[in-house]
Amino acid sequence: MAGVGSACLTIALLTALYAAGASVYGAVARRREWVISGRRAIYCMAGLCLVAFALLEAAFLRTDLSLKLVAEGSSTDTPTFYKVTALWATQDGSLLLWATLMSLFASAALFLTRRSLREIAPWAAAVLGCVAAFFLFLMVGWENPFDTLAVAPAEGAGLNPLLRHPAMMIHPPMLYTGYVGFSIPFAFAVGALIERRTGADWIRATRRFALIAWTFLGTGILLGALWSYTELGWGGYWAWDPVENASLMPWLVGTAFIHSIMVQEKRGMLRVWNVSLVCATFALALLGTFLVRSGILDSIHAFGASTIGVQFLVFICSVVALSAALVLWRLPDLRSEARLDSFASREAFFILNNLVLVGLCLVILWGTFFPLISEALTGEEASVGPPWFDRLTTPIALVLVLLTGVGPVLAWRRVTLAALGRVLVVPLAVALVALLGLLAFTDAADSVPALLMFCFVAFVLAVVAQEFWRGASARRVMTGEAWPRALARLTGRNRRRYGGYLVHAGIAVLFLGVAASSAFLEQRDVRLAPGESFSLDGYEITYRKATARLGGDSAGTGAPISFGAVMSVRRGDQRFTLRPSRNFYSSGDPSLGAISRFFEGEATSEVDVRWGLRKDLWLAVRPDVSALEKPIAEADAKFADSPGDVQALIIAALAERYRRDPPPAAFRAIASPLVAWIWIGGAIALLGALVAVWPSPEARLRRVRALYSARLGKELSRA
Amino acid sequence: MDPSRKRTIRLAVLLAAAVLLATALVYTSFSASTEASKPSEIRPGQSYEVTGKVVANSVERRGEELRFRIRDRDGTASVPVVYSGVVPDPFREGREVIVEGELRQGTFVAERDSLVTKCPSKFTTERSS
Repeated sequence: MAGVGSACLTIALLTALYAAGASVYGAVARRREWVISGRRAIYCMAGLCLVAFALLEAAFLRTDLSLKLVAEGSSTDTPTFYKVTALWATQDGSLLLWATLMSLFASAALFLTRRSLREIAPWAAAVLGCVAAFFLFLMVGWENPFDTLAVAPAEGAGLNPLLRHPAMMIHPPMLYTGYVGFSIPFAFAVGALIERRTGADWIRATRRFALIAWTFLGTGILLGALWSYTELGWGGYWAWDPVENASLMPWLVGTAFIHSIMVQEKRGMLRVWNVSLVCATFALALLGTFLVRSGILDSIHAFGASTIGVQFLVFICSVVALSAALVLWRLPDLRSEARLDSFASREAFFILNNLVLVGLCLVILWGTFFPLISEALTGEEASVGPPWFDRLTTPIALVLVLLTGVGPVLAWRRVTLAALGRVLVVPLAVALVALLGLLAFTDAADSVPALLMFCFVAFVLAVVAQEFWRGASARRVMTGEAWPRALARLTGRNRRRYGGYLVHAGIAVLFLGVAASSAFLEQRDVRLAPGESFSLDGYEITYRKATARLGGDSAGTGAPISFGAVMSVRRGDQRFTLRPSRNFYSSGDPSLGAISRFFEGEATSEVDVRWGLRKDLWLAVRPDVSALEKPIAEADAKFADSPGDVQALIIAALAERYRRDPPPAAFRAIASPLVAWIWIGGAIALLGALVAVWPSPEARLRRVRALYSARLGKELSRA
Repeated sequence: MDPSRKRTIRLAVLLAAAVLLATALVYTSFSASTEASKPSEIRPGQSYEVTGKVVANSVERRGEELRFRIRDRDGTASVPVVYSGVVPDPFREGREVIVEGELRQGTFVAERDSLVTKCPSKFTTERSS
């Protein structure tokens, strides 16, 4: 079976190379049949990748320990749910997932453009074939996921406990879908440049892919943040870790791209900028994939030091160099059709938002690579911490949110001051009321950036609400529909526009949560014995008793031992119980004693959160197992060679001992205001993106009509 | 104003903004960055951020206090550390840590809650060979 998988990958690599070659030849020699053959080779490659992926997934589900990948990343006692995800928790498996998703996206894009873009599509197929070939080449040459072990071990190492979280099941595929999705607009942009068809055709054909990629990438980033909040045990959702930054950068540039292409579609401007942006987005997506693998920057989320860093670096550099060369070569063909009429216009604000987004990305890029930069310049490896990122990104984020509100109300070409005043008066009034209300009734003034952000968010939400209201009331005047129907019809008929507004509202809500939770978070670390209590932000938190469970922890991660605490919380007349715990996983280290092995492996916090729209109470516990050290050492000596069930009894006795007579445990409690709105804002933005991406019935009707008239034309010309 | 002049001005403004951003980046990052020192480099009378590996069999807990030795990543020079506060999940002997504090009478007295465990567990678990 491993042989079949390897063979699939090798054939897929050859197919990808053939697809690239055939497409280029077909495009240069204007031989249609070669182009079609190249496109079909991409479909074929996608099929082969899928087969390989399915084979590997089957191996993980069966826990086929003769495969190196399965033995290192999974085990028979890993819960089934996490056996499935273990595939992409490994280096080689994640490459296969990348290649599979990429080939599926490429097939879909080429299938949808099979009757249009005759000049551009073959080159796009060639580019996509080359990118896929690179990933397949990595797998065939260095990181073959189907490598077998000479002797299959009795048990695998198991999935890393930190990754046993539902958000981690879908986070990597989301992120990768986002990364690979941006390869489609990139490939078509390259085709457009080569063929000098630099109009908006390539944009119209791939804009939906860019939007889908953007949506997936954003969802992936948010899921990662949620995982960090609930699993990593430090209580934050964003740490400016290199790997987090790596996923954020292509998203920011991608955001700039999906805005600026509208300017090109509407006004024929910004052509150089758009092709540069899409190349940058794709290069950053590759960089994101690379950073997780290279080991060049210290991150807690990286794969182990790997053998493919150099190959990746060479590939990214050649992508950047070739795209830059291509853009420069075609510079004469990329002249704008129009000039900027006025700075008070939507296109001018789109340019501004682009500059801000790209600037933000550059700041993050600089901070992420600062350890390398500083080592090169001063010889000392130094890093900038989260405070640096916070200080620089906060003002940029404020400007960005403000632009989110201003952009939608501006007209294309030129807007008069009077018109601007008319649309802005209500939102400005709302922002002012919000400001006064916050100053009068809350302590929001303690943090000026947060206060500004709250007002800007109110402004954006008012703008969006006003746009919906204006559109719907116009419809009502014309059609006499009721409000809900008018709103639904309005959104349905102008999905891109109103979906976009929803995204803006969602992002504003998200920033509301970010600003409130970073400025007004309260945190305490305490050490408590059972019966003791402490207070935090009005919560009275009492450590009632200790818990100890063997097998089957509450989150179903398959941890053998789980020590926890029952905490009763009181706030006013509100009472509830939180049960944070800590999972202990056994270590595979043979030098440890038979019993201590169970306590010396990884340990992860299973935090308990009281979710609330106004405030989250987040609680983690760190049981002190050092009190058990002596009995554990004694047990190690006595029961070294005992059979497994005897050891299990010993562990049970130790757990019982901990439960009955627990030593003081360390707790971390965080009261985080409005943090839930980050996830709610994310969900609103996701909904908006779906509305914008979903094809409208009118558009489908138009396409069908166009197809029929084309066929009719053909019939007529034949007759 | 004729269009070419307008373009020049626009370009100048853009370039100025870019230069400003770049200067701000360089200035703030070099002033904010913290250099991590090795255990063999620290001297008394100055606060340091020390990075190194936790020496095997050196971790000892006394009530609130955690005592361990930390050594150079690629060497044997080591220094005893006394620490109190939150210990990160992945803290283990042999792992790389960062801790802030100051050398007092031959012992590195760490600031409360300053312990950070560096690249603790890669996605793939370490092979136990």
